Amino acid sequence: MQTQKQLLIAGLVALTVAAAQAAGDAKKIVVDGSTTVGPIAKAFAEYYMKAHPDVNITVSESGSGNGAKGIINGSIDVGTMSRAMKTEELDAAKGKKRNPVQHIVAFDGIAAVVHPSNPVKNLSKDQLRDIYTGEINNWKKVGGPDLKIVVISRDTNSGTYETFQEKVTKSERVTDRAEYVGSNGAVRQRVQSTPGAIGYVGLAFTEGVKALTVNEIEATTDNVISKKYPISRGLFMYTDGAPAAGTALADYVGLYKTADGKKLVGDQGYVPVQ
Amino acid sequence: MRTGMMNSAKSSLMLSRSANRNQRLTRWFGEGFLLVVTSLSMLAVLFILIFIARDALPFFSWTHFKEFFVSTAWYPTQNPPSFGALSILFGSLLVTLGAALVAIPLGLTAAVCLSDVLPFRVRQTVKPVVEMLAAIPSVAYGFFALIVFAPALQEHGGPMLAWAFWLVVTPFLALTLLVLADLAAARFAENRQSLVRGLVFALLGAMAAWGLWKTGRRLHGLEISSGTNALNAAIILGIMALPTMVSVAEDALQAIGRDLRMASYALGATRAETLVRVVIPAAASGILAAAILAIMRAIGETMVVWMASGNAARIPEPWYNLLEPVRTLTATIAGDMGEADQSAGSAHYHVLFAMALVLLLFSLVCNMISERMIARTRRRLR
Repeated sequence: MQTQKQLLIAGLVALTVAAAQAAGDAKKIVVDGSTTVGPIAKAFAEYYMKAHPDVNITVSESGSGNGAKGIINGSIDVGTMSRAMKTEELDAAKGKKRNPVQHIVAFDGIAAVVHPSNPVKNLSKDQLRDIYTGEINNWKKVGGPDLKIVVISRDTNSGTYETFQEKVTKSERVTDRAEYVGSNGAVRQRVQSTPGAIGYVGLAFTEGVKALTVNEIEATTDNVISKKYPISRGLFMYTDGAPAAGTALADYVGLYKTADGKKLVGDQGYVPVQ
Repeated sequence: MRTGMMNSAKSSLMLSRSANRNQRLTRWFGEGFLLVVTSLSMLAVLFILIFIARDALPFFSWTHFKEFFVSTAWYPTQNPPSFGALSILFGSLLVTLGAALVAIPLGLTAAVCLSDVLPFRVRQTVKPVVEMLAAIPSVAYGFFALIVFAPALQEHGGPMLAWAFWLVVTPFLALTLLVLADLAAARFAENRQSLVRGLVFALLGAMAAWGLWKTGRRLHGLEISSGTNALNAAIILGIMALPTMVSVAEDALQAIGRDLRMASYALGATRAETLVRVVIPAAASGILAAAILAIMRAIGETMVVWMASGNAARIPEPWYNLLEPVRTLTATIAGDMGEADQSAGSAHYHVLFAMALVLLLFSLVCNMISERMIARTRRRLR
């Protein structure tokens, strides 16, 4: 399946490259990787193509792992990833004489949210972990009322889930009592209407629910940038070697440094790089 | 028989040999064409089965077979992953059972009422309205379940359950009591019958009322911590399956025809007796088909359960506790399909096909059972 898909992608890339050459000098940038970074890559692509109609950018979202694979195989120009490349991936890239260069395009913070009527204000990261692994199942154990905790989680495919797992629950299993919903908005809706609920959402989705402080640190953009807030991560784009200045690729990847790029990142609900 | 007919046709019309051959060719061509068209739908089923099985088998060949059916640990993206689908299979069955409990009695009552009780003109307006339930997109049902029904269950779940319980159980209890009192009275001499009947009715009635009150109080005091649970999904699915049940069962009741009903009335049966002892038994096969169609509708539904059931992969405690969240096969397939082939190796991808195969086999078995039962009722009626 995997190889079939890769073959297919490679075939498509070859075809499009051939088509682009036939069509003349049209520039082509192929982006693939994380679903979390996907919205940023797409917003950048739309913005850039509007200003440069001769450049064609295609953005796919097939997971961070495929972003890394694409860079290693040389099948794509930009690999988007919601985690840094692992050592094995870097070694594999070196083996193929590639030089992955990391660009941090944005930060992503995840807020733990509860019902507005919940008096609990702060949870330590360990308490948060124990709630999600099922060890703590009543709010009174963390200083709240005698109320059963309804654990709400994103579905296991989402980047938000991955980050939460990576930063909070780590290798432990999330309790089988956890309810799964399909989007940040759905988490917010469930938490908003359920007094005993706890959920986690991207920073842009805390309106109408109460965001907790984690380890006494507020989930704000500033605290994400200063890396004080514990549940956050960088979002990356990888290229093979630093793109030469003045090329479309360099302009596209470098968009995150511009004021417009920062605004686009913010519009997608992520934290722009300062 | 066909050759006999052909022979007689040939002799009477005296067709020439070539005309006869043309006719035969045309017939073969026509029959062949019809056969191809008919087998297309069969081939579609066959191909679906083959393709799903092809992607499901790799999963089972990796010695996951036992884990899939025995373990309840569903952690497909964990490292190492575990693919225990028992709780998910159970969730599907529980929600479907709940939906059947809502749709079948309600649908049958409505169908009987539509076909034999309501006047013709009322039926002409009521039936299309019931059938309109089927036209509402399932995501709209899901939205209602998530935004309206779930919070309502959380806030007023206990009282809602108590009232529903009273509304449903009271008429049934009252009917049963009347019948019991009559049965008891029949054992006594004629001049004492009304006294006995009254006494038995009062005694049993008091007991029933006490039971109703106690159970109602208990339900009233229930706290539902999460409104997206098996009950929510089952009720919404039951309503979604209702038009199928009503429509098919009503058609079956209509198909019995006037003759049987008139014969029953002519023998002195009341309308209730005619309904219970003649019409419903005669339409049993159609009613059964309606029930199975309704169950199929419920077990295959995806969007509503994904939004309303809570998607927690665990078997409720105790197992019949509808107030806990469950996860179903369809919701798992829909929810996990997105990145399944990339995120955790391909076992996660193939396990979803294994689930689809289980669903498909389940409906095939259901279909076969219904065919068998319909055939049996037909034989008995004959």
